[in-house]
Amino acid sequence: MRVAITSTGNNLDSTLDPRFGRCAFFVIYDTDTKAIEFIPNPNKEATEGAGPASVQLVAAKDVSKIISGEFGMKIKSLLDSLQIQMIAIKEPDKTINAIIAMLETK
Amino acid sequence: MNRRRKCLRKLLEPPKIKGFSPFGGEINENAEPINLLFEEYEALKLCDYDLLTHFQASVEMNVSRPTFTRIYSSTRKKLAKAFVEGRRLNIEGGKVYFDTIWYQCGTCHSQFNNPKMEIPISNCPLCNSQQFVIVGVDAKPDDVKSDTAGICMCPKCGFEQPHEIGSPCMERNCPKCNALMRRKPREN
Repeated sequence: MRVAITSTGNNLDSTLDPRFGRCAFFVIYDTDTKAIEFIPNPNKEATEGAGPASVQLVAAKDVSKIISGEFGMKIKSLLDSLQIQMIAIKEPDKTINAIIAMLETK
Repeated sequence: MNRRRKCLRKLLEPPKIKGFSPFGGEINENAEPINLLFEEYEALKLCDYDLLTHFQASVEMNVSRPTFTRIYSSTRKKLAKAFVEGRRLNIEGGKVYFDTIWYQCGTCHSQFNNPKMEIPISNCPLCNSQQFVIVGVDAKPDDVKSDTAGICMCPKCGFEQPHEIGSPCMERNCPKCNALMRRKPREN
């Protein structure tokens, strides 16, 4: 299963980006192979439609969960139809490392 | 001139089927199918299946009462047309969004939804904890109040006790009269 996490930087010590559409980087984490991939977000400076464009980007990576700070109105229905789960973390200073560690707790 | 924009209608869940087709008799295969919109299906369901009044149903769908009545009358016209003329019925389209139920984990305090409504959630998707509560239906995660626990009450004898996070009121019995408990409605 693959999980997308929004990140402010391209290393594991960077923090969670609270915005989904205009985050700096997406982290694609594979819970089976433990592979981690950083993708720069091309929609960072977009004036509008950043959310749906970002959904397309991560949906192409075949993720089933997205972890971010919050999700806008436009992408909610989109993610529902794609059956992707939204997880909103309300602690913006969490690092990517910490989030991956949480995903691994059994 | 632009037409006035329609406000979004809220649906609890999409219909289980995509439409109906007639059988028996003379069926004109070339006839155009009737297109019933999602919001029209929901209006019919709320009004004639859940037996709500137009006003209650309009609140459910987040539209005004006159708008609801307009949607509902268009539903009946379309259904009647499909039945009388023996045409196929497709349920699709419409300006709608679907309701999302938000949960909050008691351990990591993250909020999440369940995109697969037919499979109930058993663990927090992030930290795997089993302590989570429903924080609201389509409430934006920001305006969720911190005191999500609330009060359980007995609808029979009126007994009240604080809600225990993680155990649904509906599955507990009243210690006094053994009836099933309910969540006490919030006072706003």
